[in-house]
Amino acid sequence: MEAIDQVLQFLINALSLGGLYALMALGLALVYSILRLVNFAYGELVMVGGYTLLVVGQATGIPWLIVAALAIFAAVVTSLLLERVAFRPVRQASPTTMLITSFAVSALLQNAALLFVSPRTQAVRIPAFFIENITVGDLLISKSNIVTLIVSLAMLGLLTLFLRRTILGSALRAAADDFVMTRLLGIRANLVIATAFAISGCLAGVVSLFWIGRSGSVIPQIGLTPVLIAFVASVIGGMGSLTGAVAGGYLLGFLTITLNTLLPQRLLDFRQAFVFAIVILVLLFRPRGLISGAERV
Amino acid sequence: MASRFADLSRRYSTLALLVIPLLLIALAAQLIGRVVLERIVIVLFINLTMVVALQVFMGNSGVVSFGHISFMGIGAYASALLSMTPAAKAAALRSGYAIFEQIQLPFIPALLGGAAVAALIAALIGFPLARLSGASAVIATFALLMVVHTVLLNWSEVTNGPRIIFGIQGLTTLWTVVAFGLLSIVIGYWFKETGMGLQLRASREDEQAASSIGIDIVVVRWVAFIISAFLTGLAGGLWAHFITIFSPISFYLTQTFLIVTMLIVGGMTSVSGAVVGTVVISAIFEGLRAIENAVNMSHILPGTFVGFTEVLLATAMIVLLIRRPAGVTGGQEFRLPRRWTRRGSD
Repeated sequence: MEAIDQVLQFLINALSLGGLYALMALGLALVYSILRLVNFAYGELVMVGGYTLLVVGQATGIPWLIVAALAIFAAVVTSLLLERVAFRPVRQASPTTMLITSFAVSALLQNAALLFVSPRTQAVRIPAFFIENITVGDLLISKSNIVTLIVSLAMLGLLTLFLRRTILGSALRAAADDFVMTRLLGIRANLVIATAFAISGCLAGVVSLFWIGRSGSVIPQIGLTPVLIAFVASVIGGMGSLTGAVAGGYLLGFLTITLNTLLPQRLLDFRQAFVFAIVILVLLFRPRGLISGAERV
Repeated sequence: MASRFADLSRRYSTLALLVIPLLLIALAAQLIGRVVLERIVIVLFINLTMVVALQVFMGNSGVVSFGHISFMGIGAYASALLSMTPAAKAAALRSGYAIFEQIQLPFIPALLGGAAVAALIAALIGFPLARLSGASAVIATFALLMVVHTVLLNWSEVTNGPRIIFGIQGLTTLWTVVAFGLLSIVIGYWFKETGMGLQLRASREDEQAASSIGIDIVVVRWVAFIISAFLTGLAGGLWAHFITIFSPISFYLTQTFLIVTMLIVGGMTSVSGAVVGTVVISAIFEGLRAIENAVNMSHILPGTFVGFTEVLLATAMIVLLIRRPAGVTGGQEFRLPRRWTRRGSD
């Protein structure tokens, strides 16, 4: 394979993984920016999406796109439900209480899946394009990477439009900047927070499609890796900054693909340790994120 | 004389109120003499040591740590490697380091050695970590858990990788865990009442105000972190020599959730809260586990019945966080009623 092909291959892989990571990070950062809540249960929204794919996908005859839409819908509904039942009552309590609540919610959902569904790994019906490759000259590109790349860019574009062009979007950005001031100006807190949770759930739902598409299966612990990636990316980008979260996601995608290409197998086992060590270092030396000057909204 | 008694009782009534019921629990387990009950009480005291250890850091500083179970893992592996016989080490670790294999220490020095390794690692990483608070601290300590877990999983020479490690002697007895559990309560209570503990609690209430009166928050947090890691490592060593066969998965999210739940349910700002939380959650946990096991044994349900305990515990915790965020004890220490202790000092 020629060098230019390798570069192109690398770019497509990195941009597609980076896009997926950016969506994960954005869903977490959106809620954090408004509520200062690190939502541990975010990963379980991905899990809910995954189990919807499994259960609805088993019924034959339903087109995959409808199954996918239902998965996203389920994640949104769960996110809103959690906000109403668990997070709203502790909103006035200390940040610690809110955090521990999200930790408990995460444990609750994960164990509920163990209890009511199955502790075992279950195969999910995957549409053909997740497995197929296309060849362009010497280049072998998986269709799923292309779709991930396009969908993540489209999602980011749509979200930007929503945040910039609509009143609710402006209210959300204002709340992320200064929530108390926004409330004083007459914006309803419950509406803003519910919107943030709904978008967060929607992003988690979209993530679940591609995340489960990659592995082809779902287990109760499936949400752990996405939530960790979201942590890492939003820390790199600066906690509470939406642009930073997206940039952090792409950076982490590039970093992962680079390490995969360069590191020998023996060290690859320790990759997670390296990545999290980097997180601790970033928090210590650049607590406002690696990407300096990133505006908050 | 009477006034001195009142003075002493006021100062030590909390400790007495915590220690005496725990001693009674241990004594009851000893007298009843059922193996199952004894094992439950041993686990109770090991968890108690860990929850009190977590209280020393998290309760006094107000900084949430999800990383403490790493120190349990470090203490468990380090003390096990110190106490195992050379033959057992050769059998359990196919590719162990040669120098390690020759060392064999008695039980208590091995335990303290394991705890010292945990404390040393905490001292190295704790100083920079002590600068963080709020969400940054949460993610950093969570990252610590991930780093240590990954290292335990992959450092085959020391941990046998993701596989189980075996050949550890079952040296932990009921009265060793009681002794160390009660010792941790004394240390936890003592630390809270020292000048440094007071400074740390002041920084929890208001960081700016505390540093404006000259409290070095980083140093007081650091010291609490080291003491806390030492006690957690000790508990890890006790657990290793009780369970005798384990793998890195034991020192991960499930155990973290359990220990954090115990502390939060009891009320994280007091040692009494740590003790009450441990006893209450242990009782509920063992009860639910017994139901879970009974259902699995009787094959009423088609699949295996798992997660039931955690679902109910998590639900209970969410309800408690909504209704009573300061925990069952409200974060206060137990004290004898005032009228009992006042008479002398009048």
